Amino acid sequence: MHELSIGSAVVDTAVRHAGGRRVRTVHLRVGQLRQVIPDSLTFYFDLVSNETVCEGARLEVELVPAVLRCGPCAREWTIDVPAFRCPTCGGAHVEALAGNELEVESIEVEEDTACIA
Amino acid sequence: MHRVRVRVVEDALDANNTIAQANRADFDRAGVTVVNLMSAPGAGKTTLLERVLGPGLGSVRAGVLEGDVAGSLDADRLAHLHIPVVQLNTDAGFGGECHLDANMVRSALPALDLDALDLLIVENVGNLVCPAEFRIGEDARIMVSSVAEGADKPLKYPLMFRACELVVINKIDLAPYVDFDMERFLHYVDQVHPGVRTLPVSARTGDGVDELRDWLSRLPDRVGATA
Repeated sequence: MHELSIGSAVVDTAVRHAGGRRVRTVHLRVGQLRQVIPDSLTFYFDLVSNETVCEGARLEVELVPAVLRCGPCAREWTIDVPAFRCPTCGGAHVEALAGNELEVESIEVEEDTACIA
Repeated sequence: MHRVRVRVVEDALDANNTIAQANRADFDRAGVTVVNLMSAPGAGKTTLLERVLGPGLGSVRAGVLEGDVAGSLDADRLAHLHIPVVQLNTDAGFGGECHLDANMVRSALPALDLDALDLLIVENVGNLVCPAEFRIGEDARIMVSSVAEGADKPLKYPLMFRACELVVINKIDLAPYVDFDMERFLHYVDQVHPGVRTLPVSARTGDGVDELRDWLSRLPDRVGATA
């Protein structure tokens, strides 16, 4: 259900960077740990982009796998289930090197040919 | 007409986080410790506040920001505490926002005299998903899980159980009646958020309330130590 909130934030970010130009594509990198359902996000993106420069734009979602790292023993690993203790030493000082992304990587906008000179 | 690719590389929640930092600066200036209280609907956040901020709190000057989709039922319930309570409704948003964000909290700040507070508790909208995404400028986040919700919730909502500094397990007086397996719950919490502090309480009987007050009272030290 947070896909609505995230979809709104994505549209706001894209609109801010579009500078009034019509947006055709939004490329979003979403980390595995964000628990985002791409289809649901696309649905809400289409809904909240109505009557903005993003209306009709395509949302491209790139899923980024989670990579965890244990501070004390330096082990790095990926996860399929939400288990965050280090599988080697059992330690709790684990950081996510990747997997928390919610990044608008780029947008594709329409520009008048005359404007690029 | 042609297409141009514009590099953005910006977190979609950056706009929220920027406002959260502005909130935080205001809180720090006023010397108020702010706690974001989150849970599913019905986990007992308001009852817990009635207990924790009620008789026995001591000299702490506390206030509450009540977030709800609509209505002022929760704020009304806290009226008997005679502390500053501000109701924040989210129904001006798209169909009623299911969480508080930094901007909503910011819009409510003029209604609060921050200088007259030591502790501000922001009771978020009941929801185990969206509130975890939006920082509001708080010092700490507490998530409340009640035993009637079952022991498997940490595995189902890992994002929420990771987005907090304290997990309060409420309604422990009900545990025998709802077959709550505390050991399993604690194991799952440790799996999704290793090392996070957990605290069993009953807002109804008052069990664990003093421990929660103690945790809250140590918050300014801890925040100062990590800043």
